Amino acid sequence: MKKLLVLGAGTAGTMVTNKLVHYLDSDEWKITIVDQEETHYYQPGFLFIPFGIYGENDVIKPKRDFVPPGVEMIVSTIERIEPEKNRVRIAKDNRYLNYDFLIIATGTNIDPSETPGLLGHEWRKSIYDFYTYEGAKALAKRLRTWKGGHLVLNIAEMPIKCPVAPLEFIFLADWYFHLQGIRDRVDLTLVTPLSGAFTKPRAADMLGNILEEKGIRVIPDFNIERVDPEQKQIISYIEQKVPYDLLVTIPVNMGAEVVEQSGLGDELNYVPVDKHTFLSTQFDNIFALGDAASLPTSKAGSVAHFAAEVFTENFLRYIDGLEMIHAFDGHANCYIESGFGKGILIDFNYDVEPLPGKFPLPGIGPFSLLQESEMNHWGKMMFRWMYWNILLKGKEMPITAQMSMAGKWN
Amino acid sequence: MTAREIAGKVVDFDDEGFLSNPDDWNEEIAKVLAGEVGIDSLTDRHWKVIEFCRADFQARGEPPTLRRITKTGGVPTKELYSLFPKGPAKKVARIAGLGKPTGCI
Repeated sequence: MKKLLVLGAGTAGTMVTNKLVHYLDSDEWKITIVDQEETHYYQPGFLFIPFGIYGENDVIKPKRDFVPPGVEMIVSTIERIEPEKNRVRIAKDNRYLNYDFLIIATGTNIDPSETPGLLGHEWRKSIYDFYTYEGAKALAKRLRTWKGGHLVLNIAEMPIKCPVAPLEFIFLADWYFHLQGIRDRVDLTLVTPLSGAFTKPRAADMLGNILEEKGIRVIPDFNIERVDPEQKQIISYIEQKVPYDLLVTIPVNMGAEVVEQSGLGDELNYVPVDKHTFLSTQFDNIFALGDAASLPTSKAGSVAHFAAEVFTENFLRYIDGLEMIHAFDGHANCYIESGFGKGILIDFNYDVEPLPGKFPLPGIGPFSLLQESEMNHWGKMMFRWMYWNILLKGKEMPITAQMSMAGKWN
Repeated sequence: MTAREIAGKVVDFDDEGFLSNPDDWNEEIAKVLAGEVGIDSLTDRHWKVIEFCRADFQARGEPPTLRRITKTGGVPTKELYSLFPKGPAKKVARIAGLGKPTGCI
């Protein structure tokens, strides 16, 4: 029996397991997936929790519901990957799991301890995150009774999971405070290490205009060094200070510690891989998928989805000693909630920045690229159903893994 | 892309003033480029960072991020800001003759 071991049963790990189980003969292959938690979170839904739009039932399901029959699931902390010995040590029963092929899909998480002053007596009192379920829930509670003041949204460092989420948060905050009737008593400021609203030029311009229309201030090129929770200020490396009443932080994002401890990570604990095949640059039987991989594209579920499709085709060749002929292009596709029942859609890859157009059917849509529309908002809202019922289960979506130029214009 | 003479050599630059080809770089060019971004003299500490970035670029094909310079290159972030004020990752990439860091996506 050959052994395929998947570390992480999040978006990428679950999807790829569901895809591979169809193709790998169960008489020849044993597939095992390990995760430290029983709960699967629909992470794109965290954005909506602070504003009371989504609750627990929208974002939580048991991981086991999505692990296909015939695949062994082990819930345990992963202690060490030993690539020289082709095995992984887990905490449960001090077991070693041997593998012929390893897929690392351990994701990325926030690490507030990287920025002095974030974690302390003001954490979840005047300083919140929404990249965790607990953080999003705590913030929802705070916002319900907040009387207004200066809300600062700070991105500590790039890259972050879902680079559009901070923009969506501040767009939704604008809308939410309008509904609460206190928008005139709220200052909204986005403080970012980027030179503008987003990482790619045309989308940055477009999103920058929307921020301006909504009266949201942007402070660019701000690299946070520390927080002064007493004075309620964030302070940059060049001693620029921005005061706040309520700080919403996107802390530094880091890959799993086990990746670092096993000597497989870069400076942010992401696994260096070939950007077209996801094969580790160090070991020829290790791949990394999803946020765990060090790829020059967004850390996002859509990327994990497209990557899983390309990977599956390649992997089935690779195990037979054939060349991996399919090249991942860095395709990402993101809905951006812009508030007041509207949204924007962007579609891009390693080489092509987000452009205007229609998606997925050229000229027809129904979604509009790089433009606000109500249909885009409904696309985002429907996506939750698609995530749980189609994507995670590894079923086909009517969107190609490779980005298409059809329907886009310059 | 534009070509211009710098430190006695004609080399290509991209639209944002980054050297188009890292192989055109030499230490004399670095000194002139540093002057152009307001750094009048390059100390040993500057050179340590520049050399790390050059070597890292050779190995990985892209200019290192600030965190990488700090963690792998061993120069604290605060010092990087005093050596290369304002945007250290971008400034050192420029002086070291590397392309503009993509940094973030």
